[in-house]
Amino acid sequence: MADLTTKLGTIQLKNPVMTASGTFGFGTEYLDFMDLGRMGGIVVKGTTIRERQGNPYPRMAETSSGMLNAVGLQNKGVDYFVKHIYPEIKDFDTNVFVNVSGSTLEDYVETAEIINELDKIPGIELNISCPNVKEGGMAFGVSCPMASQVVKEVRKVYKKELMVKLSPNVTDIAEIARAVETEGADSVSLINTLLGMAVDAKTRKPLLSTVTGGLSGPAIKPIALCMVWQVANAVKIPVVGLGGIMNATDAIEFLLVGASAIQVGTANFIDPAVSVKIVEGIDKYLDDNGFKSVSEIVGALEI
Amino acid sequence: MKKFILDLDIVENQRLNYQYVLLKLTHSETLPPILPGQFAQIRVDGSPETFLRRPISINFVDTERNQLWLLIQVVGAGTRCLAELKVGEKLNLIFPLGNSFTVPEDKKAQIALIGGGVGVAPMLMYGEWLHRHGYKPNFLIGARSEVDLLQLEEFSKYGKVFTTTEDGTHGEQGYITQHSCLKSLSFDYIFTCGPTPMMKAVARYAQEKGIFCEVSLENLMGCGIGACLCCVTDTTEGNLCVCTEGPIFNVTKLKWQI
Repeated sequence: MADLTTKLGTIQLKNPVMTASGTFGFGTEYLDFMDLGRMGGIVVKGTTIRERQGNPYPRMAETSSGMLNAVGLQNKGVDYFVKHIYPEIKDFDTNVFVNVSGSTLEDYVETAEIINELDKIPGIELNISCPNVKEGGMAFGVSCPMASQVVKEVRKVYKKELMVKLSPNVTDIAEIARAVETEGADSVSLINTLLGMAVDAKTRKPLLSTVTGGLSGPAIKPIALCMVWQVANAVKIPVVGLGGIMNATDAIEFLLVGASAIQVGTANFIDPAVSVKIVEGIDKYLDDNGFKSVSEIVGALEI
Repeated sequence: MKKFILDLDIVENQRLNYQYVLLKLTHSETLPPILPGQFAQIRVDGSPETFLRRPISINFVDTERNQLWLLIQVVGAGTRCLAELKVGEKLNLIFPLGNSFTVPEDKKAQIALIGGGVGVAPMLMYGEWLHRHGYKPNFLIGARSEVDLLQLEEFSKYGKVFTTTEDGTHGEQGYITQHSCLKSLSFDYIFTCGPTPMMKAVARYAQEKGIFCEVSLENLMGCGIGACLCCVTDTTEGNLCVCTEGPIFNVTKLKWQI
């Protein structure tokens, strides 16, 4: 068995497989299907300073090899998380990251400050890339000055692993990655969903209540691979790759283009036990190909 | 209740009419406990267009034969794939999912199970359960035409059956909410599943008469296990997931314009 451990900035993961925020609830939803202790980490549902009801139904549409969602960060707010959810998940035998989002700079800072006090949460994923909220969210992730500013302010109050989730809805994602690295991000995760829409020709109406939403699933994998490759070549901090990973082969492709770890998202809906299968598949690939550790294949793309 | 991901074997694919098939599935081990009103997330391995699982009501559980029944209405690419499955093939299900119908305390209560279209599916399982536990359910089933009325023989095993068709080819002519038994009988409990306009009409009737009423919703779903928050419905407690807080809701909880 190969060494599956991988380093993500300040912390070590037992393997490079994590679950993506918004697709894995708080982990508790998946306990019937898998042992969370097998995971490198999980990123729980986006949390904001105050409760959010999200967008009206319909907020999901199936598309070719993927899906659009426009959930809009429905969550009960950080205080509820601390009081009711944290006690349920703090003893999971894996790294639990909290995805933090906000409408304003202050929202991000306040939420991060509260999460910083939780001993069993080793890191946050700063979501500056949600395409489904009217204010904040992606707005922070599509301009270098704004991305820099939010990371700089959160860095002042957040002392543990600070992973920043980047938006693909930009002209040059490497530029944003460099900007957040400069302000002290420990790692970056990418890509969040791509802005997209679906239309019903019969009714001449959009399929989502919000008209546009975020596209995920295997349809976006080639774009995600390309962006991970671009970012991995542009920054020194670890890159976490995600976007359409359905199986171990997909995950290995992300590692090869430079990701130190990966996240499994939409695939969790189709097979709730897929993440563990991906861990096993990576292990087998390393053994079959004579690699002794995951680190040997990170960025090992032969051009 | 513990949820399972299982590959079930297709033992029968019965075409009921031009639009409906009944799939009967079994497993080498005893099927896990399933409550009336619960559903399964079915994996459809057909094409890139059928990427997500399909939420399908559990129609019936035949414990003697260790069979689970799914009533499928062919509406799109996913359900077409399901309708074409052959005996001996496997189908991957995540189940049992969601909550269940409320059980009336009084076994003498007058109970109406009102189904329309493929919405009759969960009513068969609940009707059988009620019958087995000493209740006397009444089934009110509406359809466009006689050919669209499904499983009437099955329903008649467990209670009285009242039907309406829009063209008058079977039972009374009109919508199920216009059936004369709704005037002649006084119901204490109504459970309904079917097209939204029908369920709203049923909810309106129940509200006017002050009758306890639960509806089974069929929202589009991503995961089916409460993780993605895609299938929400607006309630007095805010947006709730139909897959975990439902699919059965008391109508008083829903923020429906009825």
